[in-house]
Amino acid sequence: MNIAVCVKQVPDTETRIKLTDDHKAVNEDDINFILNPYDEFAVEEALQLKEKNDGEVTIISLGPDRVTSAIRSALAMGADKAIHIKAEQHPADPAVTAEALAAVLKEGNYDLILLGKQAIDDDHTQMASLLAEELDLPAVTVVIKLDIEGDKITAEREIDGAHEVVECSLPAIIAAQRGLNEPRYASLKGIMRAKKIQIEAKEMSLADGQLEIVEFNYPPQKSAGKIVGDSADAVPELLRLLHEEAKVI
Amino acid sequence: MFFPVDYYHIYESLSDEERMIQRSIRQFVDEKFLPIIADFHARGVFPTELIPLLGEMGLLGVTIPEEYGGAGLSHTVYGLAMQELERGDSGLRSFASVQGSLVMYPIYTYGSEEQKRRWLPGLASGKLIGCFGLTEPDHGSDPGGMETKALKTDGGYILNGSKMWITNGMLADVAVVWAKLDGIVRGFLVEKERQGFTARAVKGKYSLRASDTAELSFMDCFVPEENILPQAQGLRAPLSCLNEARYGIAWGAVGAAMACYNEALEYSKTRTQFGRAVASFQITQQKLVEMLNEITKAQLLCRQLGLLKDNGKAQYYHVSLAKRNNVHMALDIARSARSILAANGITDEYQTIRHMLNLESVLTYEGTHEIHTLIVGEHITGFNAFK
Ligand SMILES: Cc1cc2nc3c(=O)[nH]c(=O)nc-3n(C[C@H](O)[C@H](O)[C@H](O)COP(=O)(O)OP(=O)(O)OC[C@H]3O[C@@H](n4cnc5c(N)ncnc54)[C@H](O)[C@@H]3O)c2cc1C
Repeated sequence: MNIAVCVKQVPDTETRIKLTDDHKAVNEDDINFILNPYDEFAVEEALQLKEKNDGEVTIISLGPDRVTSAIRSALAMGADKAIHIKAEQHPADPAVTAEALAAVLKEGNYDLILLGKQAIDDDHTQMASLLAEELDLPAVTVVIKLDIEGDKITAEREIDGAHEVVECSLPAIIAAQRGLNEPRYASLKGIMRAKKIQIEAKEMSLADGQLEIVEFNYPPQKSAGKIVGDSADAVPELLRLLHEEAKVI
Repeated sequence: MFFPVDYYHIYESLSDEERMIQRSIRQFVDEKFLPIIADFHARGVFPTELIPLLGEMGLLGVTIPEEYGGAGLSHTVYGLAMQELERGDSGLRSFASVQGSLVMYPIYTYGSEEQKRRWLPGLASGKLIGCFGLTEPDHGSDPGGMETKALKTDGGYILNGSKMWITNGMLADVAVVWAKLDGIVRGFLVEKERQGFTARAVKGKYSLRASDTAELSFMDCFVPEENILPQAQGLRAPLSCLNEARYGIAWGAVGAAMACYNEALEYSKTRTQFGRAVASFQITQQKLVEMLNEITKAQLLCRQLGLLKDNGKAQYYHVSLAKRNNVHMALDIARSARSILAANGITDEYQTIRHMLNLESVLTYEGTHEIHTLIVGEHITGFNAFK
């Protein structure tokens, strides 16, 4: 099975995000970048499918030079090949990214395209659907279980309060959700093996896209907690506040 | 969360792959080990369910060539691995040290081709577990005085004697046992099923609780000819294994120290007394700076020792100096960190007391602090102060 996994490099979840002075971008100076955690599930699933059915796993990523370290992480887990799409500038519009990825995906003739259900930095949650449109393929998103028999895919999706089981056939796009599998740790040997794999670089010039980032802002400071009372009498008031103010129940 | 301690950007001098290895092991320790260790420590057992994962990651036999199942990597990588593991717990690092340096290393270095093929791949994957029996109830710092004896018999040897404080002793499928044959120290591979070989767990430990420590006894235990390590002749052989393990301990202790420093630093910034963060008091800052100071020096020591070892230039006395310095500083740091955590520092809600207790063992095993002082002392003065 010829599998492509689209991955994105994102800031480590533990990073304390700082903005540039004009609030138009994130200051990258002290950021530790990692492989998008949802993409790890996609890579793991691809590797398990390869181990079961033979085949090849190709990692594809778009971004500046630094993204090669995310690509290396995926290779260290056991992927075979990688393509790095390089561009002069990287528009914020996911549609532009999808167009670039689709161009590369078309050339590869893949049976299956895997990716994470979303990137944890911009949280657009659009890539699987955009690629489906670009490539005219079915896309199944938020997948927590995947079975492939011959050409037939049975995928379980996580939806609000339930699981939905859908079927489609290869080739298809699958967007991984947490729970799909447990990503392996890169082994010492895997990391050294990945070093020897040549990452294919593809230069592309990208369109500007339709999305403009006007401003980033920090989340509001958390205000101090409130003690409503210390006996059972306080329960109605607590319920009211949870319902009306905090809006959590 | 663990904030990597690297005040002098020492780890930036590592290769990209070495740093990736460091991160991968760090993530494993954070996700798989730290959530369970307090419980295992309290119950006094080693988390054996992690052994296959240690094998898959290549953490058992880091420097053993790939053809025997090892990772075939440098001593620097081995050191980094031990550091990350001991950031979790000295018991975790001990498991990997014993398996790699005290079991796989002697089989690889002193074993026959047949022995290597039979044991090394299984040990590397964690399917088999090994232990190393040198110390005896009455002979610790002076292993040359050992009483365990081997007698040549038809088709093999008969072992008699006992070994004490043996890490992985209960778990082991195979024990590398050192015994005197005609007055000369030789190494024997003893499978756990051998008649006359028994292991008994050491009870009542306050230190290295999440590690298996046992007493081994051999009563007319027969091992066949093919179980003697052919190339190991004399006390030098087991001492060379210890030298490998001590090298890893020198790195490992820094991991424990970093965990304690990190915990004390974070705690001191959020704990307030007299209306101020505890970190704002001069005495606390003095303690924290002292810790960082010692960790940074120890990191530099490891880095250089690793380079010496990878270039074939590290001598046993270089290793002794690093083991001596780093374990001692780690123990000091653990105690000092515990004092910053104060009452909270005595419970297993925090890691520090566990490291502090563990490091008491680390100070003693693999050559006590005093013995390493005398090794370096003898080297620089020419006078042997042991006897
Ligand atoms: C948790 C744990 C795990 C261990 N695992 C193993 C293992 O897997 N395999 C194994 O073979 N052993 C193992 N050991 C044993 C360890 O290596 C010995 O404990 C160590 O060598 C010290 O021996 P001892 O405890 O008998 O102390 P002793 O040798 O009795 O020393 C007592 C004190 O005297 C000092 N001393 C001794 N001789 C001198 C001298 N000439 N000059 C100055 N001071 C001296 C020592 O430094 C120490 O302070 C382990 C020990 C522990 C605690």
